[in-house]
Amino acid sequence: MSEIRIITGNEAAALAVTLCEPKVVAAYPITPQTKISELLSMYVETGTLKAEYVRVESEHSALTVLISASTVGARVFTATSSNGLLYMHEQLHWAAGSRLPIVMCCVNRGVGAPWSIFNDQQDSMSQRDTGWIQLYCRDNQEIIDTVIQAYRIAEQVYIPTMVCYDGFVLSHTMMPVEIPEAAQVKNFLPPYRPHTFLDPERPRTINPVFFPWRRENAEGVLCDGYMEMRYKLQRDFDTSLEVIEDVNVQYTDLFGRNYGGLIWEYQTGDADIFVTGMGSIAQEATLAVDALREEGIKIGVVGIRSFRPFPKEKLIHAFSRARIIIVFQKAISYGNEGGLSTEVKAALYGSGIDAPVHDYIAGLGGRDVKTRELIAAIRDTLERSGGGDCKNKTTWLNCHRG
Amino acid sequence: MHENLFKINEKEYILPGSRACQGCGLSIAYRYILKALRENTIVAIPPSCLCVLHGLYPNTSVTVPALNITFAGNAASASGIVAALTALNRPDITVLALSGDGGTYDIGIQSLSGAAERNTDFIFACYDNEAYMNTGTQRSGATPMGAVTTTTPVLTKKDHKKDFIRIMEAHNIPYIATVSPAYPIDLYEKFVKAKRIKGTRYIQIDTPCPPGWGYPAKDTVKIGKLAVETGIFPLLEIEDGKLRLTGRSNTLSVKGKRMPIIHYVERQMRFRKMSIEQLNQLQSWVDKRWNDFTNRADN
Repeated sequence: MSEIRIITGNEAAALAVTLCEPKVVAAYPITPQTKISELLSMYVETGTLKAEYVRVESEHSALTVLISASTVGARVFTATSSNGLLYMHEQLHWAAGSRLPIVMCCVNRGVGAPWSIFNDQQDSMSQRDTGWIQLYCRDNQEIIDTVIQAYRIAEQVYIPTMVCYDGFVLSHTMMPVEIPEAAQVKNFLPPYRPHTFLDPERPRTINPVFFPWRRENAEGVLCDGYMEMRYKLQRDFDTSLEVIEDVNVQYTDLFGRNYGGLIWEYQTGDADIFVTGMGSIAQEATLAVDALREEGIKIGVVGIRSFRPFPKEKLIHAFSRARIIIVFQKAISYGNEGGLSTEVKAALYGSGIDAPVHDYIAGLGGRDVKTRELIAAIRDTLERSGGGDCKNKTTWLNCHRG
Repeated sequence: MHENLFKINEKEYILPGSRACQGCGLSIAYRYILKALRENTIVAIPPSCLCVLHGLYPNTSVTVPALNITFAGNAASASGIVAALTALNRPDITVLALSGDGGTYDIGIQSLSGAAERNTDFIFACYDNEAYMNTGTQRSGATPMGAVTTTTPVLTKKDHKKDFIRIMEAHNIPYIATVSPAYPIDLYEKFVKAKRIKGTRYIQIDTPCPPGWGYPAKDTVKIGKLAVETGIFPLLEIEDGKLRLTGRSNTLSVKGKRMPIIHYVERQMRFRKMSIEQLNQLQSWVDKRWNDFTNRADN
């Protein structure tokens, strides 16, 4: 029997990691991630988790340790937040370019300056183009289940995977969570098979300098150039769309919990007004939808679980009847708009769906987003849309703009 | 011929066709390092001349496994290799992180300090060619006073070289040594010894560089010997806090016939703009350091 415990998001993540049995863990503390590194240290010191824990002196080194440990053939884990993730930036690219199935939790936090320890998603969203899969969680149950899925996904497509969840809102909030059984997780997650070993028995120089063209090896075989390797990473991101869906289906079969794979939907059956977002703000939006449906408004939520790969086809299908789309997001692409809005608009381009996409920036630096504020924002949007106003306006929710 | 030459492992681990420059001090050092450490070795490499020496994908002239990593992280990379080898129960492999002076003194110091503080079980060797040579001779924390580099092109470097031996000593690691490719037997023996020691071992390699230092490629060994003869680069090892001068440096400390630094300086174009004051300051810096080492030496 699996056990139900009342735990924080960080404890859910740490328990999931323990169930996945990584061989090497390296992390540097940063609020609100810190508890994961503390719990994993304890699990390693008490023997619950049989792994090497490298207590590094920085986030840059944390990810560097994992890159090299993964290249030797170990399953690995780290966690970070905010400026810690940004300090890893160079190594995020290196990990993806090395095609290493590293799994990391990003406990989402605002980025300095000025300092904020509180939640938004500017940290992970600003790392969009580093070549990592990014999955966003709604609640603590989804955190534990997504970490387990992340290893399965990453090790199938050899792309590092970031499990993102909102700092404090989830990381420090206790919820009942069903802990999967260790034997079942073992059954779901086969042992890690590295694509390339760093091994004296088979010496090779890994990640040397490439010239712009393809070159022959000593046997006269023409080998990939830099651009071919980049193409293959992108090709495997395309494959990962199916893999994420497939892994979700298999997980549902085994554990009985379904997260929808790339996206999830709430009350969309007859909806023509759609709210979308990632993480806890999208979950909050389901409460707003409940309230508005009582007034007869045909509204639903499409939650985006996978930001990379971005599920274009899935969204086109989900929004096929959309009259209005409202995006709530906890990040801003300065000089343009909320990054998620841009992505949604780009996905719909040429699809025949010409619903206006309303862009809301909300909850930056931990500013609370209450259900009633989402309801008011949705109402306001509907009124403006009725008057024909809409297309390229960004609204800062609950922000003094005097 | 020195009798110890016959003890050196005959096997070559670097095949003909490396991409290093003619007369490269690193090539000589690396050849003897790998002879000493042998095949059961993994090398961690940051962007540097070593990365160039290893060649362009898909070919390499080096027959031990090697992993390239970004500039700041070589010691962390080695930590990751060591952690995974431990976790996967393969403890018999020697892990060598080999960085240039930039990857050691400057951008690499944080991860090296962290790895040394954790007493990570690896050898960190710094091939010190005293400037950022791979990018074309820019000033580093290891550049000596008075040297012209492409970022100190007119006024020369104003500051003395960072004393990295003392920095590593402050980490209380079990083994520290200095070596020179001009004295390959001394180099070989120190790497053989380091291989047998557990914990963090730091070895600094004086690495003459013909294009960067401005001397004919045939003179690499000669310049390396002058560095030792003048005492600007003493050959030593420090085990459990005890310092011992080795080889030629030990002889010099006993017989006291150290050459003035001018003999070393005048053969290198990088010192062409050095003033008399700078020369005197460099001589004082060398003398003080030499006296510190010889006073401490426990031979």
